Amino acid sequence: MADTRRMLNRVAIHGILLAACAVYLVPLLVMLLTSFKSPEDVRAGNLMTLPVEWTVIGWLKAWDTVSGYFWNSFMITVPAVLISTLIGALNGYVLSKWAFRGSNLLFSLLLFGCFIPFQVILLPMSFTLGKLGLANTTTGLVIVHVIYGLAFTTLFFRNYYVGIPDALIKAARLDGAGFFTIFFRILLPMSTPIVMVSLIWQFTQVWNDFLFGIVFASGEAQPITVALNNLVNTSTGAKEYNVDMAAAMIAGLPTLLVYVVAGKYFIRGLTSGVVKG
Amino acid sequence: MAGLELRGVRKTYGSASLETLKGIDLKVEEGQFLILVGPSGCGKSTLMNAIAGLESITAGSILIDGQDVTDVEPKDRDIAMVFQSYALYPTMTVRENISFGLRIRKTPVERIDEEVARVAALLQIEPLLERKPAQLSGGQQQRVAMGRALARRPRLYLFDEPLSNLDAKLRVEMRTEIKLMHQRLKTTTVYVTHDQVEAMTLGDCVAVMKDGEVQQFGTPETIYKNPRNLFVASFIGSPPMNFVPVSVAGNAQRVSVRLNSDEGTAVIDAPGLDPALIGRTVLLGIRPEQIALNAHGERSGQEHDGAGVPTRVLVVEPTGPDTLLYAEWNGIKVCCRVAPDQAPAAGTASIWTIDARRAVYFDPESGERLA
Amino acid sequence: MQRMMHATPASRTGMPDRLQRLLPRLVLAPTAVITLVCLYGYMIWTAVISFTNSRFLPVYNFAGFAQYERLLNNDRWWVACQNLAIFGGLFVGTCLLIGVIFAILLDQRIRREGFIRTIYLYPMALSMIVTGTAWKWLLNPGLGLDKLLRDWGWEGFRFDWLVDPDRAIYCLVIAAIWQASGFVMALFLAGLRGVDGSIIRAAQVDGASLPTIYWRIVLPCLRPVLFSAVMILAHIAIKSFDLVMAMTAGGPGYASDLPAVFMYQHTFTRGQMGLGSASAVLMLGAVLAVLVPYLYSELRSKRHG
Repeated sequence: MADTRRMLNRVAIHGILLAACAVYLVPLLVMLLTSFKSPEDVRAGNLMTLPVEWTVIGWLKAWDTVSGYFWNSFMITVPAVLISTLIGALNGYVLSKWAFRGSNLLFSLLLFGCFIPFQVILLPMSFTLGKLGLANTTTGLVIVHVIYGLAFTTLFFRNYYVGIPDALIKAARLDGAGFFTIFFRILLPMSTPIVMVSLIWQFTQVWNDFLFGIVFASGEAQPITVALNNLVNTSTGAKEYNVDMAAAMIAGLPTLLVYVVAGKYFIRGLTSGVVKG
Repeated sequence: MAGLELRGVRKTYGSASLETLKGIDLKVEEGQFLILVGPSGCGKSTLMNAIAGLESITAGSILIDGQDVTDVEPKDRDIAMVFQSYALYPTMTVRENISFGLRIRKTPVERIDEEVARVAALLQIEPLLERKPAQLSGGQQQRVAMGRALARRPRLYLFDEPLSNLDAKLRVEMRTEIKLMHQRLKTTTVYVTHDQVEAMTLGDCVAVMKDGEVQQFGTPETIYKNPRNLFVASFIGSPPMNFVPVSVAGNAQRVSVRLNSDEGTAVIDAPGLDPALIGRTVLLGIRPEQIALNAHGERSGQEHDGAGVPTRVLVVEPTGPDTLLYAEWNGIKVCCRVAPDQAPAAGTASIWTIDARRAVYFDPESGERLA
Repeated sequence: MQRMMHATPASRTGMPDRLQRLLPRLVLAPTAVITLVCLYGYMIWTAVISFTNSRFLPVYNFAGFAQYERLLNNDRWWVACQNLAIFGGLFVGTCLLIGVIFAILLDQRIRREGFIRTIYLYPMALSMIVTGTAWKWLLNPGLGLDKLLRDWGWEGFRFDWLVDPDRAIYCLVIAAIWQASGFVMALFLAGLRGVDGSIIRAAQVDGASLPTIYWRIVLPCLRPVLFSAVMILAHIAIKSFDLVMAMTAGGPGYASDLPAVFMYQHTFTRGQMGLGSASAVLMLGAVLAVLVPYLYSELRSKRHG
C-alpha cells in the first residue's frame, strides 16, 4: 500500500519534471522547425508542424545578412574576454596575496560596479569614445567590455585565490621567486577551473551584450545581437520568419555550444560569482 | 660567530596597542638548534616570519651569521623554510618542487640534478620524484617539504610546526630524523612548535614565549629543572608540574610549608624561601616524577616531619611505561608518576615523599619564581 | 660556494627590490584608475548632465531640478515605472516559486538529474535578444500560439497580448521567466544540497512528514539563497532592456516601456540627454535602494558569523 503510493508519487514527480523539460525546450524546437521551413510553409502550417519540405534557404539568407556582424562579435568577444580575464587574474592575485593599505577599499568600490545599472555610465562613455575616435568601432566595444567586465573577473579570481594558502606564496618567496614568477609559475597553473569560469562568463556576457552594442556601435561595427534585432524589427517588406529564426539560431549557437561543452563552469560562474558578489 | 641574533625585535600592527612582539632578544651560536615554543597566539609564528623576512618588523634588528639582514628581502637572506601545511607547489612534480629554488637562482642544470639526487637519497624519496604532491601521503609530503628546504643548502633553516599534521607514530619517527639530519648538517635551525615534547627532545636551546615576550631562554634541561616563572613551569612537562598552594611557616632559621591530605599533614622544609614570606601563601611546584612512594609506607602518627605526606590514592592511570597516581593535597589534585610495578590500587593510603631539593616556589599573584 | 651565493643580494634577480615592492600597486593601478573614472567619475558626470538642459549635445548650464520635474510630470516615465513594478513583481515572484518547487522536486534523488538540470538552465546562456526573437514569434498574433491552438481544435482561441497595450507587458514577463527560472532553480538546488542531511534524518526520526520537513526545516535554512536570488532577479528586472527592445520595442505606443528603454530612447534617439540622464540617476537610486540594505545585512551577518 505504502509502496504503491510512493511509486505513484515518484511517477508524478518524474512526469512534472519531464513536462517542464518540454516547456523549456519548445521555444528552441519551434525556432529550429521554423528556420527550416519555406516562407509559404510558415504561413500554411503552425508552430509545431514539421516543415513540408526541409530547406536551408532561411539559414543561407540569414547568414548572408548577419555573417559580417557575426565576425564583428568574434572580433569583440575574443580580445575582450582574454584581456579582462588576464587583468582580473592579476587583480585577484594582488588583492588576495599582496593586499596593501587601501586595496580592500578599492575592491569594495570595484565590486559595486557589478551592481550599477549601466545606464548611468552610457552617456559619458559615448562622449569619451567619441573623443578618442573609437565610436562605432569594434575596438571601442572591446575597451568598454574589458572595463565593465573587470569587476566580475576580479571577483572570481580574488575569491579563488583567497582559498589558496599563503604559505605557498611564502615558500616561493623564500625560494627566490618574485611577484610575476609566483603568479605565472605557481598560481596560474593552479587556476584552470577559475580561468574556465571567467572565460565562459565573460564570453556569454560579451557575446550576448546588446546595450553597449546598440549605444556604442552602429552600422558596420555592430555586433550580432544588434544586427539580429534590426533584422527582426524592420517593418519594411514581408516578414520572413524562417530567416528571423535562422538568424536567431546563428546568434545563439556560440553561447549554446559553450554551454553544452562547459556547462559545469557556466553554472559555477553564475552561482558562485553572483551569489558571493 | 652567532648563527642568529635578534636584538630588540618589535612588531606592532596598526595602532601601538597591538604589539605582537614586545622586544625579543635572542642569540644562538652557528649550528645550533633553537626551539621557539609557546601557546598559540604567543607570537612565535610572527617571529619566525620576521626572521624569514616575510613580515617586516617595527623596531630592532635581525642578524644572520653576523650580517644584518633586517632590510634584506626574504629571497636574499639565504633561508629555507618548512611549513606546517608543507606548501608544496601542487602543479609541480616532487623533482620540480625540490629544484624550484635552484632553478629560480639560475643554478647550472648539472648541479641541480646533483642536489636533487643528494636530497632524495638523504630523505629516501627517490621513487617519488616524478609524482605530484596530491599523489603523496602526508608523511611523504612532509619529506618533500624538507627536501625542498635542504636542496638549497641555506645558512639558516626555519621549521614552522612541521610535524603537527602527522599522526602520532609518524611524528615521533620524523622527530628523530630531523634531529639526525641536524647532527649531520650542522646548520643553524629555528624550529617553532607548540608541542613541549618536541621542544625538549630537539632543541639545543629553547625560548619559551608568551604574549609576545620570551619568558625564558636556555637549554631544555635548565628550562625543565629551573623554570623562571609559573608559566614556563606549567607549559613544559607532561603531565604538567603540580602546583599546590601552601602557607609559609617556621622562623628565620628554618622556613617550612605545610601540606594537608585527608590522611594527615606534613611539614616540609623550604630552605630557599625568604623568611619574610612567613604567613603568606605561595605555590609549591613539584613534578610528578619528583614524588616518590614509600613502599607501602605505614602511617606513623598524625604529623610528619620531613617530606613524607600520608596520602590516599584516588585514581590510577596506567599509561604503559609508567603509571600516574592522583590524590589531593590542600584541596588540589596532585599527580605522581611511578613505575607500573610500584603502583598501588586506588583507595590505598601510603606515604608520598617529595624531593624537597627540587621543589620550586612561585608567587601566586605575579607567577614569579620565589625559590 | 653557498656563501658566495648570498654575497651579492638583490643584484641577481634583475629587478631592483624597490620596484618589486611597488609591483602590487602598479598592477592594481590601471584598475583603480578605471574604477574611479569609468564608474564613479562617469556616474557623477551623468548626474551633472541631469542638472542641465542638454538635448542633442551636452551643455553645461545649471538648470536645477528642471529635468527631474519634467520627468516626474512625464506620463511615459510613469508608465515605464508602473510597468517595471508589474514586470519586476511578477517576474521575481514567479521565478522564485518555480525555482523553489523544481529545486525540491529535483532534490528527490531523480535519475538523470544532471540532464534535466541542463535543460532547465540553457535559456540563461542565450542572449535576451535571441530569447525575445523566439518568444516574439511564439506569441505572434495570427501565426504563433494563436494559430497552433486553433489548428489543434480550439476554434475560438485568440492570443494577441503582444499587440494589446494592456497586456504586452505580460508577454515580456513570460519570456523573462522562461529565461531565468531555471537559474533560480539551480541556485536553490545548490542551497538544498548545502543543508545538513542529518537535520533531515533527525526530523524523519521525529516523525515529521516530507512536506513538513521542507516547509519548517529546510526552507528556513535557504533564507540566504532566497535573499541572493531576489537581489539578482530584481537587478535583472531593473536593467531589463534587451528583451523589451527585441519583443515590443516598448510598444504598442509606449505601453510596454521600462525605465531602461525610456532612458535609452530619450538619451540617444530623441535628443533629450538631460531628461535621459535624470532617468538614469533615478534608476541608480532604485538599485541602491535594493542594494544597500542587502549589503548592510551581508556585512552585519559576516561580522557576527
